[in-house]
Amino acid sequence: MIASTPQQRPTAATEAEHQPTSPIVQMSGITVEFPGVKALENVDFRLFPGEVHALMGENGAGKSTLIKALTGVNQIASGSITVNATPIRFSGPADARENGISTVYQEVNLCTNLTVAENIMLGSEPRRFGGLDWRSMRRQAAVFLKRMGLNIDPGSSLGSHSLAVQQLVAISRAMVVDAKVLILDEPTSSLDTDEVEQLFAVMRQLREDGVAILFVSHFLDQIYAISDRITILRNGALVEERLTGELPQRELVSLMIAGTSDATVGQVIERNVVSARKSDAKPLLQAVGLGRKGAVQPFDLELYPGEVIGMAGLLGSGRTELARLLYGADKADEGSIQLHGVQAKLRTPRQALGHKIAYTSEDRKGEGVIGDLSVAENIILGLQAARGWTRPLPATKAAQVVDAYIKALGVRPANPQALLKNLSGGNQQKVLLARWLATAPKLLLLDEPTRGIDIGAKTEIMNLVSELAEQGMSVVFISAELEEVLRLSDRIVVMRDHTKVAEIPSSQDVDVPRLIEIIATGEENT
Amino acid sequence: MTRIYKHRLFWPLVALAALLLACSIKRPDILGITVLDGHLFGAPIDILRNSAPLLLVALGMTLVIATRGIDLSVGATVAIAGAVALTFIASSDQPGSLGTALGAIFVAVGLCFLLGCFNGLLVAKFGIQPIIATLILMTAGRGMAMLITNGQITTVTSAPFSSLASGFLMGLPVAAIIAYGVYLVVSILVRRTALGMLLESVGINPEASRLAGVKSKTLVFTVYALCGLLAGLAGLIFASNTMAADANNAGLFIELDAILAVVIGGTSLAGGKFNLSGTLIGVLIITTLSLTVTVLGVSPLVTSLFKAIVVIAVTLMMSTRLRTMLAGLRERRRFQEVSA
Amino acid sequence: MSVATATVSGRVTPKLSLDRRYLPVIGTVVVFLLMLLVGGVRYENFLSPAVISNLFINNAHLIVLATGMTFVILTGGIDLSVGAVLALSSVITATLLQAGIPLIIVLPVALLAGSVIGLGMGVMIQYFEVQPFVATLAGMFLARGLCFIFAPQSVPIRDQGFVSLTNWGLTVGRWRLTAAVVIALLVVVGALWVLHRTRFGRTVYAVGGGEQSATLMGLRVARTKVLVYVISGTCASLAGILFAMFSRSGYALTGVGMELDAIAAVVIGGTLLVGGMGFVAGSLVGVMVLGLIQTIITFEGTLSSWWTKIVIGVLLLVFVILQRILSLRRT
Repeated sequence: MIASTPQQRPTAATEAEHQPTSPIVQMSGITVEFPGVKALENVDFRLFPGEVHALMGENGAGKSTLIKALTGVNQIASGSITVNATPIRFSGPADARENGISTVYQEVNLCTNLTVAENIMLGSEPRRFGGLDWRSMRRQAAVFLKRMGLNIDPGSSLGSHSLAVQQLVAISRAMVVDAKVLILDEPTSSLDTDEVEQLFAVMRQLREDGVAILFVSHFLDQIYAISDRITILRNGALVEERLTGELPQRELVSLMIAGTSDATVGQVIERNVVSARKSDAKPLLQAVGLGRKGAVQPFDLELYPGEVIGMAGLLGSGRTELARLLYGADKADEGSIQLHGVQAKLRTPRQALGHKIAYTSEDRKGEGVIGDLSVAENIILGLQAARGWTRPLPATKAAQVVDAYIKALGVRPANPQALLKNLSGGNQQKVLLARWLATAPKLLLLDEPTRGIDIGAKTEIMNLVSELAEQGMSVVFISAELEEVLRLSDRIVVMRDHTKVAEIPSSQDVDVPRLIEIIATGEENT
Repeated sequence: MTRIYKHRLFWPLVALAALLLACSIKRPDILGITVLDGHLFGAPIDILRNSAPLLLVALGMTLVIATRGIDLSVGATVAIAGAVALTFIASSDQPGSLGTALGAIFVAVGLCFLLGCFNGLLVAKFGIQPIIATLILMTAGRGMAMLITNGQITTVTSAPFSSLASGFLMGLPVAAIIAYGVYLVVSILVRRTALGMLLESVGINPEASRLAGVKSKTLVFTVYALCGLLAGLAGLIFASNTMAADANNAGLFIELDAILAVVIGGTSLAGGKFNLSGTLIGVLIITTLSLTVTVLGVSPLVTSLFKAIVVIAVTLMMSTRLRTMLAGLRERRRFQEVSA
Repeated sequence: MSVATATVSGRVTPKLSLDRRYLPVIGTVVVFLLMLLVGGVRYENFLSPAVISNLFINNAHLIVLATGMTFVILTGGIDLSVGAVLALSSVITATLLQAGIPLIIVLPVALLAGSVIGLGMGVMIQYFEVQPFVATLAGMFLARGLCFIFAPQSVPIRDQGFVSLTNWGLTVGRWRLTAAVVIALLVVVGALWVLHRTRFGRTVYAVGGGEQSATLMGLRVARTKVLVYVISGTCASLAGILFAMFSRSGYALTGVGMELDAIAAVVIGGTLLVGGMGFVAGSLVGVMVLGLIQTIITFEGTLSSWWTKIVIGVLLLVFVILQRILSLRRT
């Protein structure tokens, strides 16, 4: 569908051409505050015409916040934004769009029930006799579609096309207002290889035309295939701005994730890794060829009692998807799972729960916390769900369980009747852990249990994981912070591009740089 | 002071008190209770009796709403229950016997339970929006009731059956005893078993509940079935009150009154936390409203105007937007006072 | 970057494949035609001009109600007040005419009553975040209460101008067209134009498809959400006037439960209650289907009238389940 052929441009040369021009967008000393947190602190960012500029960082690094600060969604506490050397503050995406800055979001924010033509033209639609002129609307839309290399009927409904096409339609919409700056927020996360190439061809064309493109993606290969310059954020602060050609992948990954857990060093119990698995131990769980289309390539995995398996990989690498398959939160479309050597059905969370498997989601707010229920109710929810509504947990038993876990995990405030939504992130996480520990699981899947919580709570949770494994529980520990993974795990599984690329025992010669290398290259022996 | 003011039942209770006050200003003796033949009489007793069907329906509705649902079909179910029970009695050899009455009650309530199951099936199993799923039975239900009564207003005499509405037990109306008894049982059931907590959990965050292993489909199905059953009971009280099965008018708009009672009682239509005591107050407000209107000498036909005022006032009072607006105003005034 | 420099050779030819957006409407049309066929085969004089004309004459008010309701449902809302607003406007018309106020003032006042109630409900929904169900329920109670304040009893209409308007009609052969039918069809045409030819109309669809997306596209979502209730209210009061023409009276208890007929017609006409998908033309056919059910049951003679409601319910069930299957396959 695409006219132009993909080609790798010599990025350094491109840079040389652009260096003399002044940036179209210049953000200086940007600080954004949310209640209780500084989401961005003193961040500088610049964007030149005719470049693809990648914005990199793990979850919570502040990428979306920076974009939202630019487009006026988030209020800036301090700092300045200039567009074409003019200081400006946008009141919102619509205002930014009128001033030539268009955003295309990961979840395509268009209306799938309208036609392609409307999605492109609505807002600047041609009129005739006081009404919409459908014919010329379709004709004009077709012009923009053609520039995207799309040969689709502008009169067809948007929902009838693939996500990739919808993504390109969204870009077409951005072009209608003559966008000088195009922000692409994770446009590729749900596209396949061909579709990505189609998108890249369009991006290259736009770059030729002098459009400045801000590109967010978690796929390293894509970053290197398309971007000219990279800005790296970590924990709301600017790490560095570098030319893509001068930044090796390995270094990029280490800039993104290294050093974040410095403060935990020395406070965490060192796990006695060697003692964890006896040589004659039988696996608790065996996954054979387990996979789900679009989420995880088929993989094999064995989990043993008393063992912590660390999962390393960047966001979107398939680490979450793998855990969800083991819990039955998503249904696998191939492969099988054996528990204690017996074939088991794990197609719903409830079945997994019955097999003593527990899972805490990385999306604490959306998939874990029941905000309007009390701490106590949240803790006993798992236990109660397993019993069914007719057999309530006796009040004294419930109180015992709740008190015990509030004490053991140090939940603050230690008030069982407080509503969970009023607790801090770290304490919410502890309550969710308590929910699962109360069900006495044999296998605990922890997806980013330490994300977005303070150092103290982080340390406590990691110590807890150690203890649990000591007591014979099998734990899968997913974290973006490699220090944590290394410290806790007996074995480490590395995920990359929805594929399990490595499984290595945690030993002396595995360190953060080594892990980064595997994540960056996908190869175990380099 | 501010704590009382902020309590979720503060405004509903104020509304109820205002209605009762309005009554007693006009007729100071109205809130008195007299004893006649060992039975209690008086306006408060009337309110208890008249609120019986609505309380039953609103009770089921509260649980349905807690799961982010709604049941529009309860009015039609009320009509069906009455039609079935009275037709059963009319076609029996001994319409006056206790056995016949019990049989009628059993058949009617059983059928309504099945109708509730039908709603539950559409919502929980087929995933159809509650408002449409129950719209189906709402539309077809009255037709079915007509079918059962053959379009006639079936009138029967059965002493045991009519005592459901007009009888007295220990000085109290039987209807009130049934409704408030069921209310008490359900309230206890909901809070003593885990039903209440799991329903709220499903209503607040369905996905988190699923991942926590809650069987949300079964729960949702159960509340619709229960709602149908309770509507059936309400229908029996209606029918026994008139002893005539009026398929067109029995339980007309009771679904709206029930939803109103639930909303006035502070349970959000968005689901989640529910409040059965709030629903009780909502039911009492709506029932008292009719009394107040009569006492004040306004045509009872205008009752709906007052209902509109109550709904608008209560929902606006609960709207966070209005609260923040008012808070902002107060703040500004305080600021002005300080600066002046 | 400019559009002008680009030239397109020839229009992109639309494919001849069936757009699935039209599937529910096509289903409704098929049902309608089948019913006509069955009726035509079973009963003598069924497919006569008189029967078809009456179908429109008896349901003119419902056509207008369903048209207004379509706007609201397309945004994903609901309007329970239309039956009561219809009654209110017919009562206002009758009472004011009885008081001797000229027609030229009466009609706009009656129309405006619905618009104002609609505006109030829209503001409650949009700015005070009251659920549409509750806000329009309040509107329903309000309108019904006001009816009784104006006139608790039925008020006959004897105004000369109004009666002559009522009597106006076109008769071609045995086909008959009353003023009410003409007005109703004009409303449908107007609605078609607004929904398909204006930015507001497309915003109505966009809001139903995804409010957040519509906002991010820079469309005026808040204004649109309030306006649909104003439109629905205005349509309801216009329907009230048409109903007054039909019955030559205004009565506070007319239109009880008519909001359900309107909603049923819209759903049967293929509009999704979640919003974003549907057509006014579909709602028109939906009304015709409802009317035809009634007609067939009348023709059948032995069937009692309550079968109407049961058949409507069954039809709703079938359509809702079919729509569900359709939407499941889409995702």
